[in-house]
Amino acid sequence: MRLITHNMLSCNIKGVTNGFPLRIEAGNVIKKEVDFNPDFIRHMFAKLEWKALVEGARSMGYAELPEDSPDAAVLESDESFLKKLHHALLELHLEEGALVCPETGRKFPVNKGIPNMLLHEDEV
Amino acid sequence: MWFLCVFYHRLLDFRKPEVEALAELFGEEIAENESLQWRLPEHHHNDTPFHFVQLSSEEIARNIAKRSILVKGMYELWGEGTCYEELKDSILSYPDSRKLPFLTSDSTFRISVETFGRGLTFEEQKDRIQSLTYIPFEGRVNLKNPDHNFFLMEMIESEENNGLQPILQRRIFFGREVGFADRKLLPTFQLKSRTYLGPTAMDAEMAFLMANQAKATSGKLVYDPFVGTGSILVSAAQFGAMTMGADIDIRVVRDGRGPDCNVWSNFKQYGLPMPVALLRMDNNLPPWRSGLKEIFDAIICDPPYGVRAGGRKSGGRKILRGTVDPYTVPDDKRTDHIPSTGAYSLVECVHDLLHLAARMLVMKGRLVFFFPVLRDETGGEVKFPEHPCFKLVAVSEQILSSRYSRVLLTMVKVEPYSEEIKEAARLMHLEFRENHLKWLEDGNIHSSVFKPIDSSQIHTDPKAFKDPKPKYRGKYV
Repeated sequence: MRLITHNMLSCNIKGVTNGFPLRIEAGNVIKKEVDFNPDFIRHMFAKLEWKALVEGARSMGYAELPEDSPDAAVLESDESFLKKLHHALLELHLEEGALVCPETGRKFPVNKGIPNMLLHEDEV
Repeated sequence: MWFLCVFYHRLLDFRKPEVEALAELFGEEIAENESLQWRLPEHHHNDTPFHFVQLSSEEIARNIAKRSILVKGMYELWGEGTCYEELKDSILSYPDSRKLPFLTSDSTFRISVETFGRGLTFEEQKDRIQSLTYIPFEGRVNLKNPDHNFFLMEMIESEENNGLQPILQRRIFFGREVGFADRKLLPTFQLKSRTYLGPTAMDAEMAFLMANQAKATSGKLVYDPFVGTGSILVSAAQFGAMTMGADIDIRVVRDGRGPDCNVWSNFKQYGLPMPVALLRMDNNLPPWRSGLKEIFDAIICDPPYGVRAGGRKSGGRKILRGTVDPYTVPDDKRTDHIPSTGAYSLVECVHDLLHLAARMLVMKGRLVFFFPVLRDETGGEVKFPEHPCFKLVAVSEQILSSRYSRVLLTMVKVEPYSEEIKEAARLMHLEFRENHLKWLEDGNIHSSVFKPIDSSQIHTDPKAFKDPKPKYRGKYV
């Protein structure tokens, strides 16, 4: 599971209002190289929740992202920033671990890189 | 500029919408509620492989032909006629300014003869080429790799038509090739040699057609909420898009049939970039964070019709029917618990899909999906799913059996997602939950497809059989 996915997911158990962001319990993190596509990264930047991304990256062992979300101007000019963002979003993989709901503590397991977001019968 | 577009003679309904979608992708300016201009050759029926289309440049025509699955070639027409004399007059009257630049002495060329309707011997082909001496070809002939490729296409009306209307009369076209199809694509990607397949894996040709309808290209994010074995995403990835998929069945998505036979290995087989994400989730109760919207450029999918593969959603059969209350899973069993799932009717499935698309697609993003329809002899108006955010731009039918077919619907998002739409969807979601059984019966295609034609096959003596109602593969028909 990559951070780009983590940034989209929240806990949707019935009654939970504060299910985002999910805390990452990193079991096994690996790095896989992905071709750099700056247009894609710029397009995604606008949709990200920055704080969640920075925290998530830290849980996976990457602390190079700036704390505050930079302005759009940086995207055009600074290629090294784009590369860091690319690395954080697409190249860090959580192979085994869990995503934990901040409100209820419910764990969504991640196995072989695939998060299991299915709810149990009493959570629906 | 008008171009002669020659199609492969198959999947007739899909031909023009594909060209229209690709024209838009490659920069053709098309006004709001209009589409490309098409013209038929004289006396030709709409099913003919020959159509004239108006495009603003040769480059767009070339790009369309290269990427398209159903276009055989795009040509600049130099002349046409019902016989060779007419053809000669037509070519001679075509302006020299358009012809001479391609006939220069420092260029190479080749003339190919193609016939539709019957074959020609080598001698006959040579004769036809010789008859074109009135065109001042100055360059040298190069059969392998010419600068300019000319085509002489002759249609011969066949005597036997199987009682059908002839789709074309004898006509001869002569044109300069502007673009041609990539013929290596389909043989490389055919399902026969795919590593990981499932029962509903999308056929390669159709998957590419869907990816073209969705305008998948580099830098775009394409999503498939019913990913299964990833057959649709593979085609989108081949065209350069970043892909993402989800499925409720974890075995298909995570495990596959082994470490070398799963969704990832399908992408590896063709050297394509891996999907950005694969998830297990329920489209009926998706785990997207609130506030997330307009993130996908296209959603391409093949939802379960309920005929050969039914959809599932969270809840468990008995819970949804109300026979049993939701039960709490004991804590020690939680980690490995596999939640039960219940039947997901097509109507609700499509409703959830449209709602997902309305929220997650960028403006002008495309939703491309298959929808099953019964082939009624009464021929009533078929009603397709609708949504206030979407405009239906293409409908293409593929016949599956005598009883039903599926239509590929292409919708474009034209209205933004609003609070009203969110509220309406929420109410509909509750309505589906309250009246679970009723919605399950409504629009149930399975029964209509598998009902025996002869109802005398059903025994009416209830004592002889425990189960007097007809069944097919365990499901009531």
